[in-house]
Amino acid sequence: MKVAIASGKGGTGKTTLSTNLAAFLAETQQIVLADLDVEEPNSGLFIKADLQSEEVRYKMIPEWEEESCTLCGKCQEVCNFHAVIRLGDQILVFPELCHSCYACSELCPCSSLPMTKIRMGMTHQYKKENLTFIESRLDIGQEQAVPLISQTKTSIDEGFGSDVIKICDSPPGTSCPVIEATKDVDFVILVTEPTPFGLHDLKLAVETVKELGKDFGVVINRYGIGNDDVIKYCNENNIPIMAKIPNDRKIAELYSKGKLIYTELPEVKQELQKIKEHILNIYNELNK
Amino acid sequence: MKEIVVISGKGGTGKTSFTASLAVLAGNEAIVADCDVDEADMHLLMQPVVQKTENFYSGVIAEIDQFICSNGGTCVEVCRFDAIHEIDEQHTVTKLDCEGCGYCARVCPNHAIKMVEQNVGDWYISKTKVNNILVHAKLGIGAENSGKLVAKVKNEAKILAEESHKDFVIVDGSPGIGCPVVSSLSGANFVVLVTEPSVSGFHDLKRVYELVKKFKIKAGCIINKSDINQEVTEEIIQFLKSESIDHIANIPYDENFTKAMTYGQTIVEYDKGELKDLVVNSWQKIKELV
Repeated sequence: MKVAIASGKGGTGKTTLSTNLAAFLAETQQIVLADLDVEEPNSGLFIKADLQSEEVRYKMIPEWEEESCTLCGKCQEVCNFHAVIRLGDQILVFPELCHSCYACSELCPCSSLPMTKIRMGMTHQYKKENLTFIESRLDIGQEQAVPLISQTKTSIDEGFGSDVIKICDSPPGTSCPVIEATKDVDFVILVTEPTPFGLHDLKLAVETVKELGKDFGVVINRYGIGNDDVIKYCNENNIPIMAKIPNDRKIAELYSKGKLIYTELPEVKQELQKIKEHILNIYNELNK
Repeated sequence: MKEIVVISGKGGTGKTSFTASLAVLAGNEAIVADCDVDEADMHLLMQPVVQKTENFYSGVIAEIDQFICSNGGTCVEVCRFDAIHEIDEQHTVTKLDCEGCGYCARVCPNHAIKMVEQNVGDWYISKTKVNNILVHAKLGIGAENSGKLVAKVKNEAKILAEESHKDFVIVDGSPGIGCPVVSSLSGANFVVLVTEPSVSGFHDLKRVYELVKKFKIKAGCIINKSDINQEVTEEIIQFLKSESIDHIANIPYDENFTKAMTYGQTIVEYDKGELKDLVVNSWQKIKELV
């Protein structure tokens, strides 16, 4: 079973919830936590575990072979991303624009653009007792998060069966990276805060998960600041509020030090327990 | 005309609240651009009245003409994105998976596939409550090419600034280090980094600054919620020194920022005391640095 923790707005507490929930669930069962916010992966700052393996991640791009090329320009014609262009008597490839569709390579009449791999980031896997933590990190200067997210998901699916609960810390926003991270999960937890920004971005996130046809619930973080508009919105739209994590300066302070909060604050642990029950209900339904 | 871009790496550090404050303080000196097109929030504080709306078309998606398709399956074979499946004996494109490369359309023996331009969002030119111009946008759900929409919003703001001889374009950038941020940064004259003294805030600041360095843009930094963790604040200050980034200001943790937001106000309108002075002084300092 896969659960995505997503938010729309950044900084609402996705990573706080992902790490604390994963650690809490791992007290009683095997859990995989995957940080799919590959542009700014932060979960690793909160999870102290032992490194098990590391792997460089590559994407495929065409590489020009001058000798066989007749400079016909077919590659430039078929590339919708302007990643391959003919300039004078040269073919130039722009790796950051390439989507690895293989069209230029396979449609080249002279096979002068064989695909070759280029580094885009790294994946690390850590383990401590019941908790396996997988983090992927995009190299700086790489613009496309999607291929790295996709590869990370594939390796998780291959490494762990559907009976293991996998928690995916997702990127913020509503565009391609978050779609890639959430499109094949069983349940989405949307983390929000009870402020106008939080509500505005929650509505966009709800539209997104509805578009994807996902079952979802909301966790309100920093409950107590702002106003009641998020609660009203959830009630009016029959969206389950799974838990409310209180607004507390102590939480911000613990978080700032890279510490888990539920071990120190019983009121947070209580809220995690509610989320756990919700998730286990879905888990039991799926594994009937 | 100088372009000032505000970014943060990590979300939730107060980037938009701070940028909106600058926008209010700058008033008629500036054109404002909300380039966080994924989660555009600035309008909630600027109360813009839309004067012009335009659709934004970018990228293409495969569409299969079922009358012509013979279900040969060449498209499925060449698609590297697993975006075409045979459902009920009809080859069907999953829109969210299609990257728009057009490979399938080029090799379909029956020419049954058309690549169709996508309306990925809208962009607007609006007049704000302080009578300056805000260029902003709304990206469609799950849309690709947010980087291109960012570039569009920024270019429109620049053109308007040049036409009306403004001193500044103030840009609210997006979180992360990927394509929308790269788009926000290109062509900027000065970057304001808004961070917070948490291990993750500092971590993300370092990552996004690596990117800023690649663009060789001068940068200054605001440490928001600076009293949450003195130790990390000190570490950030050391980092700023070692990288020759101007330390613009420390702003303390204060729930008045959230209260201001619930009234649809920026902190410089809501607060009359120390917080307001800090932000006003920051703006003065940024103008000097630029």
